[in-house]
Amino acid sequence: MSATTLGARLAAPARPAPLWPSGWAAGLAWLGAAAVILLLPDADDLGRTAELGFLAATLGGLLLLAAIAAAVPALGARLAPLRAAGPWLLVLALALLAWELATAKLDWLPRPFFAAPQSILEVFTDDYARLGESVGRSLLLVLPGYLLGAAIGFLFGVAMGWSRLVGYWAHPVVRLIGPLPATAWLPIAFFAFASSRGASTFLVALASFFPVTVLTWSGVSAVSKSYYDVARTMGASPWFLVRKVAVPAAMPSVFVGLFMGLGASFSVLVVAEMMGVKAGLGWYMQWAQGWAAYANMYAALLVMAVMCSSAVTLLFRVRDRLLSWQKGLVRW
Amino acid sequence: MVSGARLEVRGVSHAFALEKRALPVLQDIDFVAQPGEFVALLGPSGCGKSTLLRLVAGLEAPSEGRLLVDGAPVTGTDPSRTIMFQDPTLFPWRTVRGNAQLGPEARGTLAADAPRIEQALSLVGLASFAEAFPHQLSGGMAQRAALARALVNQPRLLMLDEPLGKLDSLTRLAMQRELAALWERERFTALLVTHDVEEAVLLADRVLVLSDRPARICADIRVDRPRPRRRDDAGLVALREEILALLGLAEAA
Repeated sequence: MSATTLGARLAAPARPAPLWPSGWAAGLAWLGAAAVILLLPDADDLGRTAELGFLAATLGGLLLLAAIAAAVPALGARLAPLRAAGPWLLVLALALLAWELATAKLDWLPRPFFAAPQSILEVFTDDYARLGESVGRSLLLVLPGYLLGAAIGFLFGVAMGWSRLVGYWAHPVVRLIGPLPATAWLPIAFFAFASSRGASTFLVALASFFPVTVLTWSGVSAVSKSYYDVARTMGASPWFLVRKVAVPAAMPSVFVGLFMGLGASFSVLVVAEMMGVKAGLGWYMQWAQGWAAYANMYAALLVMAVMCSSAVTLLFRVRDRLLSWQKGLVRW
Repeated sequence: MVSGARLEVRGVSHAFALEKRALPVLQDIDFVAQPGEFVALLGPSGCGKSTLLRLVAGLEAPSEGRLLVDGAPVTGTDPSRTIMFQDPTLFPWRTVRGNAQLGPEARGTLAADAPRIEQALSLVGLASFAEAFPHQLSGGMAQRAALARALVNQPRLLMLDEPLGKLDSLTRLAMQRELAALWERERFTALLVTHDVEEAVLLADRVLVLSDRPARICADIRVDRPRPRRRDDAGLVALREEILALLGLAEAA
């Protein structure tokens, strides 16, 4: 074999194996779930059973098509991201099947506390207008509140970590009021803010403020003294030390705070929307609970989980860009 | 080219405050480094050599005594007095170039100093690694990057705090040669802290031997050998034996 052909062989990218077993298994599992949903009679009178069955069947069909396409070299590489999700797609099909059997088909779990999958689908198809408006209103509450709390928390944390005086006075206060539940703030929030929008933004902001403050503060105070020494010998001003030494060195810790604050902001949404608003996911959940419409509640919960995890994904993307220097230093 | 600074250390004593008790580390240190002179401070580890450098750098103020650079008292840090630590202490979030431009950036002279940054990087042989992050560098390369970061500031007094202490022996030998060549070209005043006797006599014009803590100067030895020096130079070998004897480490004849 000549050197050039050997080089060409080495340079060829690793092709994924033509057979995609978990893809085949997932496709068949979704088709099986569809068959059970469509063919087995419901134990009670439920809507949207057929639609759910068709959805599952469509997904199963598409997965089988993808599994066939994976064998074609040109398409195999493009399907690589989907291949990684294969085992999860299989498990999800089995979970849907178990859920469908336990609720709609065999009635093992008592309704209305446990909703059947098609009931939740029914919420999306029939109540999408109100649910959609609630998503919009919640986003308009959570995003500004979170960003405001995070921004103030960041500045506060830097000040606490940098200045001994600020740290002395702020540390005990933050430690004392930080862990208080959001509901404890309701009376004060009502009193302090004229509008219910201001009050609920305050609660959401408070929820993100605490973790961002604490983690920024601990990040800044953990910065190695020798970094400051190096910068000082080169003529750095205190302001330069804060901006170009303390803050970048604390960023990994700040992102942990931003991440924790995001979860906290979403979880106070329900409390924040107790305050006289007429739409929003938290409001929707409470309203649904009041009418014992648990399927609606689960649907709203599902939407909220998807929203929160999308926000976390977005945050991770930002972190990966900003902290790419950490690659190779920590397990990524 | 910038001329070296004249450093006067006059009766400097220093003590650390340790839980109500003062721990003396430097006792009545008194010497003058002429402009462009290469002075090595040699002593057992933990004797207070590094503390002396921190005082000269202006990072701390001495308990007693005076420090003068070109006749002016040291009141704080100044870019003309740059220190290079035992650890490279590169900022991990900056590339090699980002680290090298730290000084000009801090003083707001980045645009004017841009050519000097590239020059310093190629001087230490890191031009092709300018975009690399510190964790991608070997120990020797990281220390070279730290050297470039110091040189960008055109120091008139360069303090070297055991800068080669943590390198493997081969890299260490190579970097000793590079440091000697660099000093001969730039002629800044150099203050090298080391506990390696061979390194001290190879690089320095003068070796100040310090005692155990609290450190006093117990010998001021002039190294009058021609440069470039060879490690096996008979004069250097004899000096090394002499200094080892002073430290109580002479090999039995």
